[in-house]
Formats: sequence, structure tokens, C-alpha cells
Amino acid sequence: MARTAVSRRLTWRAAELREVRGETSSAHSLIFEVPGWPGHLPGQHVDVRLTAEDGYSTERSYSIASAFTDHHDLVELTVQRIPDGEVSPYLVDVLQPGMRVELRGPVGGWFVWRPADTAPVLLVAGGSGVVPLMAMIRARAQASVRVPFRLVYSTRTPEDVLYADELRRRALEDRGLDVTIVYTRRVPDGHGRPPGRLTAADLAEWGWPPDFEPAVFVCGPTGFVEAAADLLIDAGHEPARIKTERFGGTDA
Amino acid sequence: MLDYVDGSSLAGPMRELFAVDVTAVEGRCAACGLTGPIAALHVYGHDHGPGLVGRCPGCDEIVLRLVRTPTDAWLDVRGAVSLRFSL
Repeated sequence: MARTAVSRRLTWRAAELREVRGETSSAHSLIFEVPGWPGHLPGQHVDVRLTAEDGYSTERSYSIASAFTDHHDLVELTVQRIPDGEVSPYLVDVLQPGMRVELRGPVGGWFVWRPADTAPVLLVAGGSGVVPLMAMIRARAQASVRVPFRLVYSTRTPEDVLYADELRRRALEDRGLDVTIVYTRRVPDGHGRPPGRLTAADLAEWGWPPDFEPAVFVCGPTGFVEAAADLLIDAGHEPARIKTERFGGTDA
Repeated sequence: MLDYVDGSSLAGPMRELFAVDVTAVEGRCAACGLTGPIAALHVYGHDHGPGLVGRCPGCDEIVLRLVRTPTDAWLDVRGAVSLRFSL
């Protein structure tokens, strides 16, 4: 249970965009300042609401990419532009530092990792499903815990990798963190594995064996999550230890 | 085929109504008896339409429906035998 989530009803807060970091040609990380932010656990998400001048408003859920630190009120979201989307093109292409949106959260108390948890962790990401898993990797580093983490990240091409530099750096510097990227369409030069969808062999080689009883977090488009969860269950992982988050769409 | 997302996506809309996070609450499906967190429901209607429908991941029957109007929220939980809140 999310006892850390403050027991009061959720309200919309003004969030000012402070900084934008380009991740790929279609995804930006947006760092918002949210005065009074109550803190969050990695894996939680927020709802973002946009309101037009005529009063029309629309909202979408985004996973939080950042780990919470209690000395600031910053929340980082990584938003992938969906070409015919209603909200993501605005967030990626129009919103500039200094502009505001409304945000409420954090919400969700199930797909979360807590630094006090001691089980080894297997993170399986499809496309932008890596976002909440990155929050877990960042929170692990910030809490200086040594719980072994493995990330298996499936994405189309080398140019589609979110947090590429940071993942490369953390794989070297964060002790006990292994990062494997599985490319489905095109691989970098010199990469041994041919392009293709995530397989049982990938998870056997780069994940944890079921008898380690890892906590497994799978996030991605619905089809990816179904396929990955089936592979994990077939390999002998206990379904109760596999937490999934599907965000619809087909981008991995 | 209609696409669905996880029950986790109900977290925001439900926290408008409840003081605790409902997605980690364990529910029992009235149709097949499966128990699991609300976060594991298959949720339809997130990208269109006036409401959200949560279906059982085991038998696909409707467990809950949430419809929001400008002034009210209607929550229909006819497909759940019980909801267990950890205190």
C-alpha cells in the first residue's frame, strides 16, 4: 500500500516548465517545478492537464522519470511525441521553459519500487516504457542501496534509446546495475545480437533466473508487455512477482 | 481490436474520489472469483469516450465503471464482490 501517498484528495497544481532535455528526435525530458510537491516513489505517475483558451481541457497520464529528493520540488517527465496525439505534440514541440501546465499526483501505489525492498530487481522495458524504470534506477542510486538491478530495454534503433548517455554511465558507475539494450529494427555497428523482438533467450541471458525470486517490473506498449510477461511466466517466474504497466499504443 | 491499459491508469481519477490509493487495493471479480490489485485490471476508454471501464484480466468481465461529468462522478462496482483495503 502507498502509505507514503498523503491521505488527502488529489488536486491540480500549477507546474512551471524549468528545463527541457532532448532525448531523441521524438522525445523530450521536461523538468517541472511544482511548488509544494509532496514527493513520490519511483514507478508512480502524474496526470497532466492542458486547458485551451476556450475552456476545453484534456488530460493524460505520464510516468515520473526522476527520483524524488526532498530539497526541491522538481518532477521530470519524459514525453514521447505521438504524431496524431492531442497532448504529447504540445508538450514536446510547443511548451517552453517558463510556461505552465496543470499537474496532479503522484498517483499509483502498485507499480512502485521502494529502496527498502531487498529482492533483486529485473526491469523489462519496451520503448518509452523505460521511463518509470529509469526512476527506479535513479532512486536506487540516490538511496545508495546495493540491491542488484538488471534492465533489459527493448527499442527499435540506437537513435531511439532514451537516457542513452546516462544509462551508459550508470552501467559503469552504479555497482550492481546491469543494462542490456535489445534492438528490434536496427543495431549499432559491431553489435552481436541481430535485430529482433525480445526473446526467451534474451531474458534468460540478461535477466535473473526465476529461483533468485526477483521482483520484476515490465512496462511498455500493451502488446510488448503481454509478450514479455508470457515469456517470464513460461521461464518459471511467479506471476505474483511480475508487475506490469501497459500504456497502450504500439511504439516498441 | 480495442486497446487497453492497466488499472494503474485509474489512480488519478480514483484519487479524485478516495482519500487512499485504490489501485493497490485487492478486488475479487464477481464473475470468476479472481483476486488481484485494481492496478491489474484491463482498462478501456482511456483514449476516447466519456468513461473508463475496468475488466477482469482473467475472464474479461466488467469489474468497474467510472464516468465523470462536469459536476459528478459515477462509480459502478457491480463486478467486484469485495475490495480489500490494507490499513
